[in-house]
Amino acid sequence: MKSYVIPEYIVERDQDRCIRCKVCVNQCSYDTHYYDEEDDIILSRNENCVNCQRCATFCPTQAITIRENPNHYRSNANWTQEAIASIKKQAETGGVVLTGMGCDKPNLTYWDRLLLNASQVTNPSIDPLREPMELRTYIGSKPDKLEVEMDEGNGVMLKTKLAPQLRLETPIMFSAMSYGSISLNVHKSLARAASEVGTFYNTGEGGLEKSLYKYGDHVIVQVASGRFGVHPEYLNAGAAIEIKIGQGAKPGIGGHLPGEKVSEEISETRMIPVGTDALSPAPQHDIYSIEDLRQLIYALKEATDYTKPVFVKIAAVHNSAAIASGIVRAGADIVVLDGVRGGTGAAPRIIRDNVGIPLEMALASVDQRLRDEGIRNKASVIAAGGIKSSADVLKAIALGADAVYIATAALVALGCTVCQKCYTGKCPWGIATTDLWLTKRINPDLGAKRLAGLLRGWSLEIMEMMGGMGINAIESVRGNRLLLRGVGLSDTELKILGVRMAGE
Amino acid sequence: MVLKDVINRVPENLSIEKHVAKIDAYGVYYRDLNSLLRSLDGNGVEKIEIRNVYGQRYIGTDLDGHIKIDVYGTPGNDLGAFMRGANITVHGNVQDGCGNTMDHGQIVVHGRAGDLVGHSMRGGKIFIRDDAGYRVGIHMKEYLGKRPFIVIGGTAQDFLGEYMAGGVLVVLGINMKGEIRHNARFVGTGMHGGTMYIRGEVRHLGEEVEVTDLEEDDFRLLGSLVDEFCSYYRLDAEKILESKFNKLIPVSSRPYGNLYAY
Repeated sequence: MKSYVIPEYIVERDQDRCIRCKVCVNQCSYDTHYYDEEDDIILSRNENCVNCQRCATFCPTQAITIRENPNHYRSNANWTQEAIASIKKQAETGGVVLTGMGCDKPNLTYWDRLLLNASQVTNPSIDPLREPMELRTYIGSKPDKLEVEMDEGNGVMLKTKLAPQLRLETPIMFSAMSYGSISLNVHKSLARAASEVGTFYNTGEGGLEKSLYKYGDHVIVQVASGRFGVHPEYLNAGAAIEIKIGQGAKPGIGGHLPGEKVSEEISETRMIPVGTDALSPAPQHDIYSIEDLRQLIYALKEATDYTKPVFVKIAAVHNSAAIASGIVRAGADIVVLDGVRGGTGAAPRIIRDNVGIPLEMALASVDQRLRDEGIRNKASVIAAGGIKSSADVLKAIALGADAVYIATAALVALGCTVCQKCYTGKCPWGIATTDLWLTKRINPDLGAKRLAGLLRGWSLEIMEMMGGMGINAIESVRGNRLLLRGVGLSDTELKILGVRMAGE
Repeated sequence: MVLKDVINRVPENLSIEKHVAKIDAYGVYYRDLNSLLRSLDGNGVEKIEIRNVYGQRYIGTDLDGHIKIDVYGTPGNDLGAFMRGANITVHGNVQDGCGNTMDHGQIVVHGRAGDLVGHSMRGGKIFIRDDAGYRVGIHMKEYLGKRPFIVIGGTAQDFLGEYMAGGVLVVLGINMKGEIRHNARFVGTGMHGGTMYIRGEVRHLGEEVEVTDLEEDDFRLLGSLVDEFCSYYRLDAEKILESKFNKLIPVSSRPYGNLYAY
């Protein structure tokens, strides 16, 4: 069938600059560029280009420019190019339109309409370069009260037995991305960076590759509906366990890692045969209620002799506050909220862009609800989904998060350009792929360096912003919504966020 | 063995003779019971008898050794969850989630089972003498040397073998009178690996399942499983094997391969 879908991008090549080195031909995993020997010229197939900028970045003479195709359908605010193209694609294939990464629509973000405070005259700001600044964060269940004992020899002794905690040197962790959806070299980079910086990386649902067990102290192992690679050693290998109920990019639905991606290596870690689809059912079939969730939380605690905190991750949805309350009461040590802008390796676009609610709203309402019920101390709250700068991190903490998860930002640090084609498994940057020809493009040593660099940069920025507000411990930012003011928000939005209007 | 070598304080409900420990679980909270089991595991105890079990959960979880456990009563949900290696015999019925995500070991139940027997199980064997509930063997999977087996002596309910990705599931319907017709619906929905052997017919199959006749290899495997099953319950394997069995296999290892527009 002749496809009516027009190419999204046009590859322009300055033939005067092109030296026929074929770097672009070799770098593109979508077969966009090809060399014509007869005419000694490199040409491009526009329809294959995903605008990942790999060729343009590696072209030694900057001969390549990728442009959005100036040919487009008649402008129409309702019938957008995307809407028309999707329909044509679906008519031709009869399938569900897939996408990767987080929601790309502009109307679902609140971070940019929240502004931070700073000290002026009446309270002194602090210079983080010269004064101590505390970003260290402990996540896990905190006791209702602390009992201490005075001991003559040793001074004050803690009598209360504390629940297991994770110590984060900066309140940023790497969110779940499974081995299979991303490559082993990316996992290595994340694990090394987390160890070096003193934070944590999450395995996602695809198990923990053998060579990464040594980073266990900085690993959160995930248990999802497919139970891939879940066995006693795995559960005990990490510093914490995360039960994945939902994901911001695709709340309520399961996932399929297509058989093509289940290579020898993936098969070994997931413990499934090569080439079969790895199906993650939509629900966890042993969890149909809060009581059942409690059962799995405690099954995991039993399996690890109560030595590890258990996270429960949910997508931000309409009743997140009530659900989070249930999760805390079910015994979770940490609740993760993944907002509508959360990323994914593959999700139906219709789900990604239409299901779930913004993280900011869910976070504010969950924090408030847990406080109102007097159980906020019983669990830490982690904000995830679309955090793209250190300001987002600080705003999330001011809205009530203990720490945040980042994933897309981490991949961007490694080279990702958010082209949204992760689901093809052909990532030219060697990230969202298991093809060994492509995965070599990430060097774990350099990858870890880039990730550590990102965390360091963001941490410095957070300290600068805190210092500007006269605050020297992240503890004092947490849930401190007076540090935030809103702009361009309705009364209802401000009320839910628990934030005042700028100028108020 | 000296008791104090095993645990610091020997509870009143525990006695140890040679390598056999006996526990009276009456009124014991599950956390205390499992903590006691953990302290016995790997300390020279080879067998544990637990009596008066009334719904304590997670028995057998987090035990490393090849310890034998005899449970008298009704263990609670998630018996043997994530279990690797232990050998449990239950003299009574089991509740939901028996063998949940089990990796290795064996569970023999002299009675009925609730829902979710062997959920996501990857290795080991489960034998249930009588009926089992819904979603037996859901998402069982196999990998290299790991192949899980479940044999249900009675019948099982809807979604038997749902999402099944590996392993072997046998349903014998021994207690059924007349023509054997299992009442389960959506059997093998989403199945993409593994094999089911069903004695008699099934009311309703999932779309992803194909029914075939057994071949020589199948009879050999089925025969050995039924023999083992019968050895635990003193039943006549030959008589059971006389009946017609149906073999259920997935149509494809990639049931949802053509769902998407790229």
